[in-house]
Amino acid sequence: MSQTITEKILAAHCGKKEVHPGEFIEADVDIVLGNDITAPPAIKEFEKFGIKKVFNKDRIMLVPDHFTPNKDIKSAQQVKEMREFTKKYGITHFFELGCMGVEHALLPEQGLVYPGQLIIGADSHTCTYGALGAFSTGVGSTDMAAGMATGKVWLKVPEQMKFVFKGKFNKWVSGKDLMLYLIGKIGVDGARYRTLEITGPAIDKLSMDSRLSMANMAIEAGGKNGIFIPDEKTKQYVESAWKSHKDTKHGKALYYSSDADAQYMSVTEYDCAEIEPQVAFPHLPENTKPISKVGKVKIDQSFIGSCTNGRIEDLRIAAKVLKGKKRHSDVRLIVIPATQEIWQQANDEGLFDIFMKAGAAISTPTCGPCLGGHMGILAEGERAVATSNRNFVGRMGHPKSEVYLSNAAIAAASAVAGQLASPEDL
Amino acid sequence: MLLKGSARKTKVVDDINTDYIISGRYKFKIQDPYELAKHVMEDLDPEFYSKIKKGDFIVAGRNFGCGSSREQAPMAIKYAGISAVIAKSFARIFYRNCFNLGLPLIECDTDNINDGDELELDLDAGKLKNKTKDFEVAVNPFPQTMQTLLNDGGLVEHFKKHGGFKL
Repeated sequence: MSQTITEKILAAHCGKKEVHPGEFIEADVDIVLGNDITAPPAIKEFEKFGIKKVFNKDRIMLVPDHFTPNKDIKSAQQVKEMREFTKKYGITHFFELGCMGVEHALLPEQGLVYPGQLIIGADSHTCTYGALGAFSTGVGSTDMAAGMATGKVWLKVPEQMKFVFKGKFNKWVSGKDLMLYLIGKIGVDGARYRTLEITGPAIDKLSMDSRLSMANMAIEAGGKNGIFIPDEKTKQYVESAWKSHKDTKHGKALYYSSDADAQYMSVTEYDCAEIEPQVAFPHLPENTKPISKVGKVKIDQSFIGSCTNGRIEDLRIAAKVLKGKKRHSDVRLIVIPATQEIWQQANDEGLFDIFMKAGAAISTPTCGPCLGGHMGILAEGERAVATSNRNFVGRMGHPKSEVYLSNAAIAAASAVAGQLASPEDL
Repeated sequence: MLLKGSARKTKVVDDINTDYIISGRYKFKIQDPYELAKHVMEDLDPEFYSKIKKGDFIVAGRNFGCGSSREQAPMAIKYAGISAVIAKSFARIFYRNCFNLGLPLIECDTDNINDGDELELDLDAGKLKNKTKDFEVAVNPFPQTMQTLLNDGGLVEHFKKHGGFKL
């Protein structure tokens, strides 16, 4: 029978020829991920199982990224628990400060996640790795504990939705805008429990960074997974990650695609010619407006970073906009490269010089302000434009603060203008 | 299993996210689940916890539990004494987390259920009775996987009982 890429990957991981939407399966997982918020409770649950070893010490990824560098005693304790667990069970991939990065930027960059895998992570944005043609989904700490113990997860096979992007990109549009546009159309529960398969001639032209940024936000449409058909770009990205990290022990990447006559519950086409840079207004990612229709919205802070848009492509775009300009005197501009390698690269390319001259504060990698953790919390009544993925009430600080989601170009331009703005307005 | 209690419904009914269920102000600071439970739904209704009697139901609209994967949200609900959540639909990570923790979720039309209505939920017969308004709705039975998880008291208990997955 004809199958989609998602169905094929799931079938291959539960020893079946095919699987069908609605079916419950017990699947083998390739990677289990946790961070400094979700791993400690998972570790506690794991210890309750009373077993002496993890399913595979090379396939558990522990990334302390949310409150690191440890912002207080509590967060220091949490990371300590991860470190002790790592030593006790001989976990290979624990990312200590200094090699740590925002998990969903870090694992693809390190070549640890790749096409054809089944990945679970105790973080809702684990769906990011779908950009590589893997099945990847967010779970809770209990699932993470069971995954670390058994290498298995129970899953319901999701219904399949297909989104086809065609046409030419407008200026300053990146993957983030296509995704915000899509979420604006279908709503925050438009793909609830379902797969978003994102494809089309416009997607073929997108960079891997932009695809990762799109897959990252599948959960903001309620999706179980977002997935892209891996192509030559994917292959190059993954192989160059292995090469640059001298990783010779990696597994085999499997490049699945969807059959031409695979069944979808819906197929939707979007014309990129109609998509301007988007801004999601408070307090849901579905409240999108094109930049030309945002009106006058003064901002207090601009944050460029996160697992959505803290990659090198985003920093290059921000630098292009900020070159020779200064932030508005009323705006705090915070730039956080998502990983150490991105930080190094941005530094080597001279981007930091541009950011410093623009009056930005540049931080070491952390999730930090995105979840209202640290490094840029908002006070009552303040507004931020942010390249992150969520703008719920109180997300970045005070319950009466506001978050506007955008791409890096809009966030940079807004920092200069003091209000939501396009680089074309400067 | 027969569950009895009152409906607890806030003014906001749709897209109640995990930050509303338990604010980030508490979820990173409090580890004791009973202490965490005292702040459940606080930003939507500061009195919410104090109104709960053991066995009550949270009643909501569409997409309940959207947002984070963190289990503090279902934990706060469970340890507040809530026996089940009844909503039009649930966000998916929240959904699996609840079953993994042994908290039943019921999907059905909730427009006709008001705050304070007396409810009776018969999980075996698949019926939800609104005693205040005197009507009954059929509730879809849980898939076998969910039923097993609930019967065993969640995934950890399931694992301890069977030494692995027996779903």
